[in-house]
Amino acid sequence: MEHFRNSGRNAPVADRRVFQIALSGPPRPSMAEKFRTWWGGWPWGQLALLAVFAALGVLFISNVLENMARIGILPGFAFLSSSANFEIGESPIAFRAGDTYLRALLAGLLNTLKVSLLGCLLATILGVAVGVAGLSRNLLLSRFVRWFIEITRNTPLLLQLFFWMALAKALPAPRQASGLFDAVFLTNRGVYIPSLSFVGGPFGIAAALGTAAVGTLFLIIVLRAIGKLTRRSGMVVAGLSVAAPFAYLLLAGAQPALDLPALSGFNIRGGLNLSPEFAALLTGLVVKFAALIAEIVRAGIQSVGKGQWEAARALGLHDGQIIRLVVMPQALRVITPLTTSSYLDLTKDSSLAVAIGFPDLVSIVNTTANTTGQSMEALIILIGAFLTINLALSALMNIYNNRVALKGSRR
Amino acid sequence: MTTRLSRALPGLRAGLFGTRANTLVTLATLLLLWQIVPPLLRWSVLDATFAGEANACTRAGACWAFVTAKLRFIVFAFYPPDLQWRPLLVILLLCAILSASALPRFWGRSLILAWPLTILACWLLMQGAFTATPIPSNQWGGLPVTLFVWALCFAAATPIAVLLALARRSTLGGLRTFAVLYIELMRGTPMVAILYVAMLILPMALPDGLSIDKMLRAIIMVTLFWAAYIAEVIRAGLQAVPNGQTEAATALGLGYWRIQGLVILPQAFRIVIPGIVNLAIGFLLATSLLAVIGIFDLLNAARASAADPQWLGFYNEAYIVVAVIYFVICFGASRYSQWLERRLGNSGAAPV
Repeated sequence: MEHFRNSGRNAPVADRRVFQIALSGPPRPSMAEKFRTWWGGWPWGQLALLAVFAALGVLFISNVLENMARIGILPGFAFLSSSANFEIGESPIAFRAGDTYLRALLAGLLNTLKVSLLGCLLATILGVAVGVAGLSRNLLLSRFVRWFIEITRNTPLLLQLFFWMALAKALPAPRQASGLFDAVFLTNRGVYIPSLSFVGGPFGIAAALGTAAVGTLFLIIVLRAIGKLTRRSGMVVAGLSVAAPFAYLLLAGAQPALDLPALSGFNIRGGLNLSPEFAALLTGLVVKFAALIAEIVRAGIQSVGKGQWEAARALGLHDGQIIRLVVMPQALRVITPLTTSSYLDLTKDSSLAVAIGFPDLVSIVNTTANTTGQSMEALIILIGAFLTINLALSALMNIYNNRVALKGSRR
Repeated sequence: MTTRLSRALPGLRAGLFGTRANTLVTLATLLLLWQIVPPLLRWSVLDATFAGEANACTRAGACWAFVTAKLRFIVFAFYPPDLQWRPLLVILLLCAILSASALPRFWGRSLILAWPLTILACWLLMQGAFTATPIPSNQWGGLPVTLFVWALCFAAATPIAVLLALARRSTLGGLRTFAVLYIELMRGTPMVAILYVAMLILPMALPDGLSIDKMLRAIIMVTLFWAAYIAEVIRAGLQAVPNGQTEAATALGLGYWRIQGLVILPQAFRIVIPGIVNLAIGFLLATSLLAVIGIFDLLNAARASAADPQWLGFYNEAYIVVAVIYFVICFGASRYSQWLERRLGNSGAAPV
């Protein structure tokens, strides 16, 4: 090919074109040509339609700006650094009235992330358990599970949240609360659970767990890059990265302390306190989505044909092996994409927190919009945050889906 | 009867006590049920108060007298009591059109025409047309609002969804990109955020002199929001129609709109009807979010009924009434969806 091109260089212009057409195929399409093919037919009509949409958008935004100017609000995100004069019920980061709006929104975002991640994790565990229980050959159990799923699926989540909230408020006061094994207390001031902490170390337990997670991820990526990632090396690496930060903590002189909640006076001290709102929201999300995930798990397991079980039995595998080696890999192909969308829905539905008074992102955005009048900016932040979370979550789940998908059907 | 029972018994015994593990599971489940059922029964029946005034009710049991007294408020909320035949008629009209839509026998052009007419009639009835005093939408409430908003938004969203799905599948790059961005934006956003846009942004975005009430703003935004979800379901149907259909229709000399309208969409709809019914169930449950922006839908009306100073605090009873109404509608609809799936599957409607 190169040879012919070179020989064509000295030829007359017309001939050169002939050479190119004849020998190196059709000319490479220019950018404009590519764009035109992509843009497709009906070019001006499309342009006009999009222009109408754009004009509507511009009209709306200019109206909003005009209205903001009329009531004396400066558009823009400068309000983020001014101080927010409201309290937040609970927050993973310290927040006091007078801190900036940015910090308030961050607290809300962290609350949303906290309840969504915990919700996804617990809903998966409960959902798989319920889904498997529903397939049980025991009539009583499968019937019971069926009713649980139908009732949960066919009533609104908001109603369930109101119910859990009413239940949380109707729990006994701390003085009257009887603990489960003296470790978990259900009271009208929230749920108290034991917590594990390290006293006197250079960093806390959250930092240790974070290091472990990042370390595991990093080492697995490295192993994968050098092609040494097996089940065994993965386990070793994960074990090491979990053990290392805790070993360091202990060597640095930290004392592990199991903090059990206990009644003292009128209140319960010690342990980890989950507020009634958080407990109700988490319970509501977990129960609702466990029912949805249970249905998905059931469908996934039932999608694996009977012949697979029979063939595996004929090979002499026992039930545990059949589930682990034959059924699950196939069922996961059905389960994973559906569960992904359940996770996305759970994250979005965590926004119902605003109705029961848990300070999630939506609730903080609402307060911010009401106190500053910057409702457009506040909602842009809200929608942007949810889009980012959703895209990140679905990207992560897509990676996992590619791992379990049928190898030939990878796209 | 006895023969049926005696035939069922061995199966039942095997199902409950077949093996040792099975017996253990049965006992464990019975233990769990023992924790749940007797207290529930005591609360809802044995210790319950069925008639009388609020002071007759004890805190130990359910107060069904509350439901008898407030059922009318839960269903119709603040709608003027002497005009409540209007929302009742709305409920009946919507039930009628939904039943007609549920039967494949009625599927056709006249049904498509009947929908907007029914919605219009409901709207006129609700706002009190042909009476001296129109009824503003902040007095609407209860079950008619839930059903009406749901039906209206769903009906209005479907045509938009068809256009979005077609745009997303088309070869027109500009419109395709717009459709993708629109659908992903809407599907990535929680419905609560959309309702806040309806409440906070929309009034500011409209030109001066044009102000619309909260109910209508919510309806507009929810319609735009649901359209994205319906579009994705319809797109799945469009993808399931084999390419040969388009090619054959093109060979017959049909233009784009006739190909889509006469050949592709009817087949695509047939494939996705069960999916759309499931989506509709989800939407009905989601209408309860209207409570967040202060519209008195069924759930919010129930909450308000328990805030009545005379009957203060009977939230559980109010919630149970709402739960039963939602459950009956949604459970029925999901059973219908399963029946339809079997029926459509049997008639060979889905082309291969």
